[in-house]
Amino acid sequence: MRRNWWKALGVLLLLYVVLIGLRTPLAPTIVHVDTDRITPGPVRFIAQGYGTAFSTEQPPMVWLENSGQRLCAAEVTVLDPLRIRVELEIPEGFRSELSHLHVLDTRAGQSMVLHEAFWTGGRGSGIQEATCPATAFSPSAAFTFPNRAILNETIRNLFFHVPMWFTMMLLMTISVVHSVRALGAGGLRHDVAAVNAVRVGLVFAALGLVTGMVWARATWGTWWTSDPQLNGAATVTLIYLAYLVLRGSVADPGRRARLAAVYNLFAFALMLVFFMVLPRLSDSLHPGKGGNPAFSTYDLDDHLRLVFYPAVLGWMLLGTWMFNLRLRAARLSESRP
Amino acid sequence: MRPAEIGHLLKLELLLDQRQKHAMGGMLLYVASAVYVCYLAVRHIEEASVWNALFWLILLFAAFNTLARSFQREDTGRQLYLYTLTHPRSLVLARTLYNALSMTAVSLLTLGAYTLFIGSDGLDDARWPAFSGIVVLGGIGFAAVLTLIGAIAARAGSGTGLMAVLGFPLVLPLLLSVMRASQLALQGLGLETSGRYLVWLLAIDAITVALSAVLYPYLWRD
Repeated sequence: MRRNWWKALGVLLLLYVVLIGLRTPLAPTIVHVDTDRITPGPVRFIAQGYGTAFSTEQPPMVWLENSGQRLCAAEVTVLDPLRIRVELEIPEGFRSELSHLHVLDTRAGQSMVLHEAFWTGGRGSGIQEATCPATAFSPSAAFTFPNRAILNETIRNLFFHVPMWFTMMLLMTISVVHSVRALGAGGLRHDVAAVNAVRVGLVFAALGLVTGMVWARATWGTWWTSDPQLNGAATVTLIYLAYLVLRGSVADPGRRARLAAVYNLFAFALMLVFFMVLPRLSDSLHPGKGGNPAFSTYDLDDHLRLVFYPAVLGWMLLGTWMFNLRLRAARLSESRP
Repeated sequence: MRPAEIGHLLKLELLLDQRQKHAMGGMLLYVASAVYVCYLAVRHIEEASVWNALFWLILLFAAFNTLARSFQREDTGRQLYLYTLTHPRSLVLARTLYNALSMTAVSLLTLGAYTLFIGSDGLDDARWPAFSGIVVLGGIGFAAVLTLIGAIAARAGSGTGLMAVLGFPLVLPLLLSVMRASQLALQGLGLETSGRYLVWLLAIDAITVALSAVLYPYLWRD
């Protein structure tokens, strides 16, 4: 057990990731209002919440905000825990800009904003500060993930899609290290390691492609699109499939080991160049490319981080374990008479 | 590895090509028929991007055909002979150099035949000297990447099919940068815009030539 602690750690991390990653609710938010253009005069709309807990006992506070102006709702009716009906009186002077809808539910400790909810058609130069009484508000301490437009629940795929590619890169790096050593003395032993690392790496590449395609379908509306990041992923998969084809076409083990190692080194170096060239060729829709927000230091929510980093480590440990098992099986079947 | 050795090996390649004139002739015929088939299929291209894409496709296949020969025409006897006489690094550098020279010729010929048949209507703003320069650089880039791949495929003992499988994903970064650069040249933008793609191109060439020189000696042993 002392030598295998990392396998147990990997399994525990992934259990944690699956449980917490899938069970944590998203932060409550307003997803939809049934009108997007409002004009001076009385206005009434229904706001649809997600994960909210509106109660008739104490309706939430609702106001519009528009470049410093604040306009309180005249009346808020709770229809059900997810829906409220809001009635407003828009004055003539309300500025013609995009207004944000704020909903503050002090009873449930939830504060929600729907950014740029309305285009307010008034052409005024501004109203006097409308007084919405500032209420003492203590946000509930619930552990939630951010609820972003378009991403919504699919944000959990972050713990599966991204670590797949990290794990694949780890395995391909392991493979290249073994390929370098396969060119020296005792090449065959390292050759077996190199090919098994590539095989497990390809499993993770396939999973990365599948999780990515499902995610693309849910957010971009298409399974595949000609995007530098996607083309890069497809090319890398092709390179390593070609590596297996090359191995398959050479019968002599010694020659196969050398040819495969040379190709692996050559391909790995060009792949790194490819990753540097690709993003500079054209813009990308993919997060982290072409000015799109990535789940990077400034953007990755603290709660997501608590699951994402263990997920990366867990998948990497699982990949290493899979590689380890395959390698031992391959060596056993070789040594059998 | 000495420059003189590389010079002798270059001369040997040239001599071999002179003796096997049918191979060079076959290459020219391949380019001519590929361009002619495209001409029959499309006649006339107005869009610069389509013009560019079709040209690079023809050149890509021509490159695979030209470069597959360099290691595959070698029989065991001559290989053994070269093995006893030369350093493998000189051999791979000489072959890369020779392939770069023949790819320069092939790419210029392809460009000539292509503009002759397909024409260049709608490309009035194109900067032809810049475009030709990019085409030549692209051809040399193909030679740099595919020489080692050709050697691997030849040592694996299978035909051009394997070379295509191994080579296509690896020439993609090169192909994408060169297509982008030539597209800019066709739209009348000078080197100040396409320059950065050419820097990438030269970097890829340098990296692949260096890797070929390091790795080829391992292919050579048996």
